[in-house]
Amino acid sequence: MAMLEVKDIYKAYGNVEVLKGVSFTMEKEETKVIIGPSGTGKSTLLRCINQLSLPNKGQVWLDGEEITNPKTNINKIREKIGFVFQDFNLFNHLTALRNVSIGLEKVKRIEKEAAQTRAMQELTRVGLEAQASQYPAQLSGGQKQRVGIARALAMDPDVILFDEPTSALDPELIGDVLDVMKSLAGKVAMLVVTHEMGFARNVADEIIFMEGGVIVEQGPPKEMFTNAKLARTREFLGRIGALYGEEETGG
Amino acid sequence: MALETLIESLPSLFDGLLITLLLTAFGILLGTTLGIVLATGRSYASRPLAYLILIYEKVLRGIPLLVLFFLIYFGLPQIGINFNALTAAVLGLGLRSSAYQAQIYRGAINSIPEGQIHAAYSLGMNKLKAIRHVIMPQMLRLSIPGWSNEFTILLKDTSLAFGIGVIELMRQGRYIQVRDPDLVLVVFLLIALIFFLLVFTANKILRYVEKKYQMAGYQTEAHR
Repeated sequence: MAMLEVKDIYKAYGNVEVLKGVSFTMEKEETKVIIGPSGTGKSTLLRCINQLSLPNKGQVWLDGEEITNPKTNINKIREKIGFVFQDFNLFNHLTALRNVSIGLEKVKRIEKEAAQTRAMQELTRVGLEAQASQYPAQLSGGQKQRVGIARALAMDPDVILFDEPTSALDPELIGDVLDVMKSLAGKVAMLVVTHEMGFARNVADEIIFMEGGVIVEQGPPKEMFTNAKLARTREFLGRIGALYGEEETGG
Repeated sequence: MALETLIESLPSLFDGLLITLLLTAFGILLGTTLGIVLATGRSYASRPLAYLILIYEKVLRGIPLLVLFFLIYFGLPQIGINFNALTAAVLGLGLRSSAYQAQIYRGAINSIPEGQIHAAYSLGMNKLKAIRHVIMPQMLRLSIPGWSNEFTILLKDTSLAFGIGVIELMRQGRYIQVRDPDLVLVVFLLIALIFFLLVFTANKILRYVEKKYQMAGYQTEAHR
């Protein structure tokens, strides 16, 4: 049984259908990258997985538990699903350290000192031990996002959802964040919405190409980049590759 | 003669000052507690409840304080609800202040990006925890300037309690005036000075508190 199973998810905002039946599965410690044009429902899909948005139809299963069942305690489930936001969403009134430890303290009810020790380990893991006592407003974008990743990691999640984690960053800061994400590959499952084709190609176990609210094609990066079945996939990868500086996009 | 009367009257002014401070303390306590509850309710409670709160705010912000005092102190006994003058004044001050304070807190809540709540949920916090640990601490910090303003207004408006017979600073001044009409200018100048000093000190203290609890990166810098 797959760790995460997404079954036939539909989501509409008013008359606008954003997701029109999306299904896929993820295994433990697997990295999947979702790519596709803007407005395709990639971010909505992530939000439907941890129920920040409620899907109109379909099911999401994590570790054999149906998340979409209204009887499920969604707060318990969300502890196991990390979420990294495009615009960071750090808690502005807390230091970097407390941003990472607050979930441990208030949700997992770990004693404050132990929680902060653990938080410090996660900050070290993302290379920010020196910034522990700084507030979000005092950090650069790249540092903020790494705190966001540390915050998700501290909860020991089964899977972390990344919603365009580098889109709000200056180009020279993107590398630091991607390096941290690379270092997590194979240690925790990651589902990443991104336009970073280099990351997709080198780190992903599988790439999912979405357009118009459905999955158009999915497969291992090598296959997708060199030998995509559909013309539409090849065209998109070619265009996005040129835009983001991938030298050879195949197809 | 006049000076003698004035000096003899000083202890009574001090008594009046104590009552004024008492009214301020309990009034602001009631107003703040209720204001926070109302603002949270209006932002996060179900529709009907949020609507009731809206009506409450509109009504209390639409009535002059003196009318509210009279309603509570003279009006309510007609339907069997009796308060002594001091309690009635605290209620009037506190209830009206709660309506204004609710506005302050709601403005602060609205200025916190929605993503913060999403981030809190993503960590597994329920709504209550998210409000308590993420929204509330930021809301309170952002509300300090508005709250300071409301505090000084309430402090000065305690003088209206004189209208329902609370023997606060204003009423004590009136007693002195009755005893020696020649003192009227001096006495009310003195009372004005006392209020001014109270407000001045309060503002100084609150400015310090505001600075101390400012969120890093959200301070206003001096620009040319």
